[in-house]
Amino acid sequence: MLTIDTDVAIVGAGGAGLRAAIAVAESDPSLKIALISKVYPMRSHTVAAEGGAAGVIKDNDSFDEHFHDTVAGGDWLCDQDAVDLFIREAPRELTQVEHWGCPWSRDPDGHVSVRPFGGMKVERTWFAADKSGFHLLHTLFQTSLKHPSITRFDEFFSTDLVVVDGRCHGVAAIEMRSGQVHFFRAKSVIIATGGAGRVFPFTTNGAIKTGDGMAMAFRAGVPLKDMEFVQYHPTGLPGTGILITEGSRGEGGILVNKDGYRYLQDYDLGPPDPWPRKKAMELGPRDRLSQAFWHEQKKGRTISGDNGDVVHLDLRHLGEKKIDERLPMVRELSMSYVGIDPVHDAIPVRPVVHYTMGGIDTDIDSATAVDGLFAAGECACVSINGANRLGSNSLTELLVFGKRAGLGAAEFARRRTDSVIEQQVDLMAELSRERVLDLIRRNDGEERVAGLRKEMNSAMEAGAGIYRSEESLQSCVDTMMQIRERYKNVVLNDRSNVFNTDLFEALELGAMIDVALAMACSALQRRESRGSHQRLDFPERDDTTFLKHTLAQYAAMDVPAVDYRDVTITRLQPAERVYGGAVE
Amino acid sequence: MSQRCIELEILRYDPEQDDSPHFQVYAVPYHDDWVVLDAINYVKEELDPTVSYRWSCHMAVCGSCGMVVDGEPVLACHKFLRDCSNRIRIEPLQNFPVERDLVVVMDDFMDKLGSVKPYVIPKEEKDIEDGEYLQTPAELSSFKQYTACINCLLCYSACPQYALNSSFVGPAALALAHRYNLDTRDVGRSARADVVASNSGIWECSFVGACSEVCPKAVDPAAAIQQTKIASTVDYFLDFLTPWKRT
Repeated sequence: MLTIDTDVAIVGAGGAGLRAAIAVAESDPSLKIALISKVYPMRSHTVAAEGGAAGVIKDNDSFDEHFHDTVAGGDWLCDQDAVDLFIREAPRELTQVEHWGCPWSRDPDGHVSVRPFGGMKVERTWFAADKSGFHLLHTLFQTSLKHPSITRFDEFFSTDLVVVDGRCHGVAAIEMRSGQVHFFRAKSVIIATGGAGRVFPFTTNGAIKTGDGMAMAFRAGVPLKDMEFVQYHPTGLPGTGILITEGSRGEGGILVNKDGYRYLQDYDLGPPDPWPRKKAMELGPRDRLSQAFWHEQKKGRTISGDNGDVVHLDLRHLGEKKIDERLPMVRELSMSYVGIDPVHDAIPVRPVVHYTMGGIDTDIDSATAVDGLFAAGECACVSINGANRLGSNSLTELLVFGKRAGLGAAEFARRRTDSVIEQQVDLMAELSRERVLDLIRRNDGEERVAGLRKEMNSAMEAGAGIYRSEESLQSCVDTMMQIRERYKNVVLNDRSNVFNTDLFEALELGAMIDVALAMACSALQRRESRGSHQRLDFPERDDTTFLKHTLAQYAAMDVPAVDYRDVTITRLQPAERVYGGAVE
Repeated sequence: MSQRCIELEILRYDPEQDDSPHFQVYAVPYHDDWVVLDAINYVKEELDPTVSYRWSCHMAVCGSCGMVVDGEPVLACHKFLRDCSNRIRIEPLQNFPVERDLVVVMDDFMDKLGSVKPYVIPKEEKDIEDGEYLQTPAELSSFKQYTACINCLLCYSACPQYALNSSFVGPAALALAHRYNLDTRDVGRSARADVVASNSGIWECSFVGACSEVCPKAVDPAAAIQQTKIASTVDYFLDFLTPWKRT
């Protein structure tokens, strides 16, 4: 096995990983950085974010407003010290990427423009047309090329963290073009591998979003926090699940049911006029909008289509000029993938799995419970998103906490002096290699990756969707436990060492099964409804028992153990979430 | 009524087993709303898990699934079956070594992308506390289209000059250099000229324009290269006329 010595190893080269790498390089150019990713940086899923990034910059806005919107939007499950830090750092970080060349859209006077977004009382979302994530990712990637201390290991598939005695010593990864397992021996490691939307069948998430980093940390003993909170975005294209940005509602788009009725007014989000109006109707938070769809569907007021029921997102009143200027990708995507030109017709949309609020448990400095191990971005849970993330907080989050992870990991690497327990570390790395080799060589077994993956997807959709119950979740956990047992019998068709996607998909499936079980078990135990976690059998929020973070702990072949930790409340006591006419 | 089927002829090559590439044919169901990538995913999931290719976003923005379909470089997630024949030939991108099946080795492109210094080189470092650079919508729109490149490599696959001479920096990297040269926050044009205006840079382009024709994002790298040629020519003559400005 090849060993590569580095100071800081970063797993994942999307927005958070790149921001972390640049932070390490800028803070200390003498530190060696290994930036490891299973895809080339510009393929990372940050690329698909559309609407923008929130940060207070205009005179009519304030930190207090952003704080309040975020905490209330998260149904009070956010840690308020983390949110405070986040909203204060946000404008600095967004300005930093502006200096690095991000082509943010501009006002006529040359200042950066902002647009309204769901659940935000003041318009504060910086945007680059409707390709904000794309531009942010490419800006970060291109800026990273300035720094000679960053060595990229593109298309290296990370398999395991090497943790001995509560301390991280590096990460094992397969070079995808050769099949060779490498051990990256590192003084500190940052996980920045993004979310796990692919656990579900219908998702905006790209094929690569399989929770690999979450699962690695989980297996290494770090709890996964608040995994029951999975965000459904209210407006995905039927069939493909392609995202139609919330920015389209920020610009004034409306949602109507089969009668042409703006149904959101029936779900405590109205009255519909005047429109557009912040924190009301179509600019309500994502959890409430997706739940409203579910109810409309039950009432038979949605529109049936070939790829499931839909409602209509109507942008026609915006006019061609505004659509082309502010939402060019929305127009292009709907014309290509559903044959609808939003200038002339309404776009069919339905809720789609979009984001994992939960993730690797970190503190406010992006550090985990394992010494030398950090995490940032969607794979992590700090938590600033609580039970429901507000749109446009996640791009900002990956900058703010990506940078913090980088600085923390750099500092840890500089201070680290322990003499490595070479033998134990090498043994752990070797075990990781054996696990991979075993999978490739295994001949006996009848399970196929694609088949088992479909069964996992179905179980999660049926049991842990927008609305859940004891019964649905218990059945989901039971099925997932069986699937995990059957996963031991997965056998590959492909034995090649060269770019063996059969192998990588098998490893991804293993990660997804662990993550899915953490989601289902956490959801089963949370007997209340809060934010994106809605229980038909416990429809109310229960602050007495559940104003707490869920911590799921890996338990080998057993069901993950679930524990709780108090939420940090500093200056905003829990209250009812209000939207629509009740806001003011 | 029986399900209509079409055939995919996929180029297969595993360097560990094959002396040379060959085609393998798969029958897949036809769906009006399927893209070529959906059909390949069907092969992978239902027929043959060994077929290797890159993909992720399925919405034409990550740039992973560039391949040659019926002779034309396309994004497989953006090419619909309804626009293809009943027997679709699928090959890896041209002008790159094949790593395996539809996966090409893209090291050369990654090196070239970095070689043009694709980042803001400011006149002087600006403090974060001083806020953002001002840039009018008109200044933004002067380079906006050149920021849209997704690095899918279709233009390299189509470029006749890159086919002849692999040292050519190529369309996407030159368009990106042009993007930063035009950005009002940047003063790095002369720093990029070593590569951009070298023998392997803009002057190598014979202006066939194939790059712009295949670009899925309307970046128009051919225009970027022609504009750079003009700017570079002006630089050349200015250098004669104002020798005291030489650095």
